[in-house]
Amino acid sequence: MTVPTELDLRFRETAARSGLLDAAYDVIESELGPLLAAVTDHGLARISFDPEPERELEALARLAGPRVLRTPRALDGTRRELDDYFAGRRTSFDLELDLRGLTEFTLRVLGELAKVPYGRTETYAELAARSGNARASRAVGMVMNRNPIPIVLPCHRIVGSSGSLVGYGGGLERKERLLRLEGAML
Amino acid sequence: MASVPPFETFYAEHAGEVLRLLRRRLGRERADDAFQETFLRALRAYDRLGHAEHLRSWVLTIATRVAIDAHRRAGERTDELPDVPHTDGRPAYEELAFLTDTLPPKERAAVVLRYGYDLDYDQIAAALDSTEEAARQAASSGVRRLRRRIT
Repeated sequence: MTVPTELDLRFRETAARSGLLDAAYDVIESELGPLLAAVTDHGLARISFDPEPERELEALARLAGPRVLRTPRALDGTRRELDDYFAGRRTSFDLELDLRGLTEFTLRVLGELAKVPYGRTETYAELAARSGNARASRAVGMVMNRNPIPIVLPCHRIVGSSGSLVGYGGGLERKERLLRLEGAML
Repeated sequence: MASVPPFETFYAEHAGEVLRLLRRRLGRERADDAFQETFLRALRAYDRLGHAEHLRSWVLTIATRVAIDAHRRAGERTDELPDVPHTDGRPAYEELAFLTDTLPPKERAAVVLRYGYDLDYDQIAAALDSTEEAARQAASSGVRRLRRRIT
């Protein structure tokens, strides 16, 4: 038996309001295609370009706890800021982030990454240097590749020393589109 | 032992069956509230489960309890605790309830679901992930065991 949409949504919203969820997620439509976004009590925990939730949900359950449920309402704030960003109305995000479970090094690199301003790029080596180890560009590259909250933590602004885009967790095409949106590439 | 799947997966898998059970027992209108209550109760207990076994019978049992509570709130005579007539040879559940704790798990579940919750054998089979015939046998051998203890 299929559960009527209205009843299904009603349960999801009650569940979100009950405070019983470890994480709430939704699939958000964007310029770059569907994005899976997830929030916990601590803040935005995940943005993924892979809208097939299966794997992401398992990872979320490991991070936050097993009570993971799709609840569109819980993502309203995130959706609004992402919409504004893609419409060019927003150049930075005011979202709380949940960065639990990351290593100290990763947190340091992501902290420095967050300071790279809208519309600007920086090289892996520069970011490594600012994170305290100029020779750690490869490690910095790994951190970018595993960035749990791309777009909001702007790993798309980190490029190779020759100016080439190098790589992106969501694919180079998405990286290029983000940089064009921000006016960083002509 | 595998840990529980994300709640979304569990919910997506069982929501339809839970709703069907509740509609049958409460009617279409009251089933909606009971549906919500069932999955909220499941959510409340979910992070303490610690294993992924018998999730289906677990949630169907919750749904059955929610349906019983709904009947009680409405002040209805609950047919979940029926005055089972002695004439047909079946024991009144109330007289036996205190004894079921000592039964082997499968028999206890079958007896409680049959006489306590008035489920049909196909529902019990569904809840226990077994066949109708096995459910019938478990219930009847449970009852036989209880009879031996009483007499």
